Amino acid sequence: MRMRVTYQKDGALLYTSTLDVQTLWERSVRRAGLKLQYSQGFHPQPRIQIANPLPLGILGESELIDIWLIEEEKPAEIVRRLNKALPEGMLVTQVELVEENGPSLPKQIDASEYRVDLLNGTETVEKLQKTAAEMLSKATLPRVRNRKAYDLRPLIQDLTVQENTNGNPAIYLKMPSNSSQTGRPEEVMAELGIPLEDFRVTRTRLIFAEKYA
Amino acid sequence: MTDRNDIQAFLDRYLLTVTKPGRYVGGEYNQIRKNWEQTELRFAFAFPDIYDIGLPNLGMAILYDQVNQRADALAERVYAPWEDMEALMRAHNVPLFSLESKQPLKNFDVIGFSLPYETLYTNMLNMLDLSGIPLHSSERGNEDPLILAGGHACFNPEPMHAFIDAFVIGEGEEIVHEVAEAVKAHKSAGTSRLELLSALDAIPGMYVPAFFDVTYHEDGLIKEIRNTPNPEKTFVQKRIVKKLPKPVTNFLVPNVKAVNERAVIEIMRGCSRGCRFCQAGMITRPVRERPASEILEALQQAITNTGYEEVSLLSLSSSDHSQIAELIPQVMQLSESRDVSFSLPSLRVESFGPELIASMAGKRKGNFTIAPEAGSDTMRARINKSIDSQDILATATQIFKMGWTNLKLYFMIGFPDETIEDVQGIVDLTRQVRALGKKMVGGRVKVHVSVNTLIPKAHTAFQWLGFSEKEAILEKYRLIQNGLKNTGIKLDWPDYDNSMLEVWLSRGDRRLSAVIEAAWRAGARFDAWHEYFKVAIWEKAFDDEGLDPRFYSTRARCTDEILPWDHIHTGVSKKYLLNELKKSRMLETTADCRQVCHGCGIQANYAISCEKIRSEVA
Repeated sequence: MRMRVTYQKDGALLYTSTLDVQTLWERSVRRAGLKLQYSQGFHPQPRIQIANPLPLGILGESELIDIWLIEEEKPAEIVRRLNKALPEGMLVTQVELVEENGPSLPKQIDASEYRVDLLNGTETVEKLQKTAAEMLSKATLPRVRNRKAYDLRPLIQDLTVQENTNGNPAIYLKMPSNSSQTGRPEEVMAELGIPLEDFRVTRTRLIFAEKYA
Repeated sequence: MTDRNDIQAFLDRYLLTVTKPGRYVGGEYNQIRKNWEQTELRFAFAFPDIYDIGLPNLGMAILYDQVNQRADALAERVYAPWEDMEALMRAHNVPLFSLESKQPLKNFDVIGFSLPYETLYTNMLNMLDLSGIPLHSSERGNEDPLILAGGHACFNPEPMHAFIDAFVIGEGEEIVHEVAEAVKAHKSAGTSRLELLSALDAIPGMYVPAFFDVTYHEDGLIKEIRNTPNPEKTFVQKRIVKKLPKPVTNFLVPNVKAVNERAVIEIMRGCSRGCRFCQAGMITRPVRERPASEILEALQQAITNTGYEEVSLLSLSSSDHSQIAELIPQVMQLSESRDVSFSLPSLRVESFGPELIASMAGKRKGNFTIAPEAGSDTMRARINKSIDSQDILATATQIFKMGWTNLKLYFMIGFPDETIEDVQGIVDLTRQVRALGKKMVGGRVKVHVSVNTLIPKAHTAFQWLGFSEKEAILEKYRLIQNGLKNTGIKLDWPDYDNSMLEVWLSRGDRRLSAVIEAAWRAGARFDAWHEYFKVAIWEKAFDDEGLDPRFYSTRARCTDEILPWDHIHTGVSKKYLLNELKKSRMLETTADCRQVCHGCGIQANYAISCEKIRSEVA
């Protein structure tokens, strides 16, 4: 059976990369006493598919992963067993069965929504709105990442500044996360001139492409 | 800044700016975090290398488990920060902290350093310094944690004597509880630091260097080693556990990549072979086996508890386990049913036959390793490795026949009375193995040869020998390199200077403490990492302290000389080692002591029967 797991990545798992999250899932499923399907071949790989990479340094409130199991099991039971087997910081909120041979999960994802919380206590919503508006008013935002030049501007599909639930200023972003384009919130923050230690990024939602929505 | 909340705030704010930040936050599955305020005794176990290297250490896992099983104590962990993290911590005045509670190390009662090998010494000093704890044992007071060390390197504790309050010589499973009781009594009675050290000194297997005094002759040789408060106590005998306790199965599962991520079950401790160069084989006697049923049960639990995709059995000589033939097929079956791979290192040509090799031929075939150690039959007799080249070729044939294509061979050079023929033997044997493989499995064959330099270690038959001169070693390596040119055989060997550091630190006396400190102050760190080790720092440190490094390395020791580690007893007598050295010179071998007892001293010194203790069930 193929199941789609919705989960949160929080706490110290902020410092765990997507590659390590993949391993973490394989081990957690084994600890939960569920039997994974493996690919055929000389080096069998577990059939696990993360919807979209969540890099080290970004938390996730509603991440998705598809996992293929050998035996059928009730979703509620799977949620219970996984949550006992996952490390601190990882929490399953939902498990649903999906069509065994349906389209691959990564292919279905189009974009991501992020919340960037400001940590330094000196930023205000008004100030941020002003600098963000200035940035957005430009036709192009040329940047260099990994020695490659690119334009950040078209990757910012949406940007608003408002208070988060704690009453602190936060930037809400929508950026592409698909096979042709990936927007990176930390690049937007660099463009705004805010250093790494002054903000925390959380992906709040994965958005499916229209044809799969 | 000394509060755990400050440390947490520092991490939240700055940790994303360092490489692999997951090394510093803990939170692994199976981590144990107890209530700090409500726990009476607080232990920190420290591994003086980075998280990636330290996390899989089995000794740490055992002690972490032992202490956390106590209701009155907690154990947390700390590893050496990588250089970028160290710089960040120093810039923000953040002291070294534990992963579980983020408590400064200074707040613990006991810090136990794991010292499995000598090249960690400078990192240990650095960790004390980062903790704000006085470097020298003599400068510490009641407000400082007790600094302990244990592990194989501590069988010559003298080079680190100035920095460590007390050493655990030998196995830690039982002694750690006696230490806990002593510290608890000290805390509740409010006794002095000196009284605490005396209490530790009274525990068999604990070595408190402050209570021993060493004097020297003018030529630098040791005149006398003496216990000053208690002259009758002339030595410390290593601690052993008569029955191996149940193995640890709730290993920490890291959230970031570490080396050797797998569940490891120790199937046997000690070795009966008596290879004359091997320190582990001498210091871990007597042999104690875990029964096959206990091993299988532990493996099942470990897979369930960790979810690891690999399990491994650990011992110095797995194929010598008396139940190995029935154990392996069962482990293979278990690993297939749970979708995990299985590795079995330390197999011996002497004791694994075709059936054993065949039983290991599962779906996934990794490397197969065999250790001929020396290139000629003569040299193997000298080092007491009683196999001949024909045995090795026969074993290689079996391995290729069962479908393995990758074979790794371990050798050493720098043995006593080594001739060019002995070294050429490494080349010839390796080429024969490769030719065999080519014939049997074709072009897919891969032969990898690793050639180490002999380090004549303390407590072995070779402890009196000098370390080989650089030119002689390099010449031998060139011979091997030329002999293997264009054969497709991969060859690796260690850097001579790196081995030299290990020689200095493992054979040194108390005067090495000043050298280690000087090297650390001059920037020595991560000496186990080839790219960080700088021999010039060490040479200058020797020079500054007015010591000749050759006195410790290439100089052969007289057999009547007092060795720096003579007051540390492994249970194997000096007389036995000396006799082994003589037999080595006459090319006489000593049979496996399971067949016949050679009176090494273990039975007498521990009042045990090796035969009985070997298979006693925990």
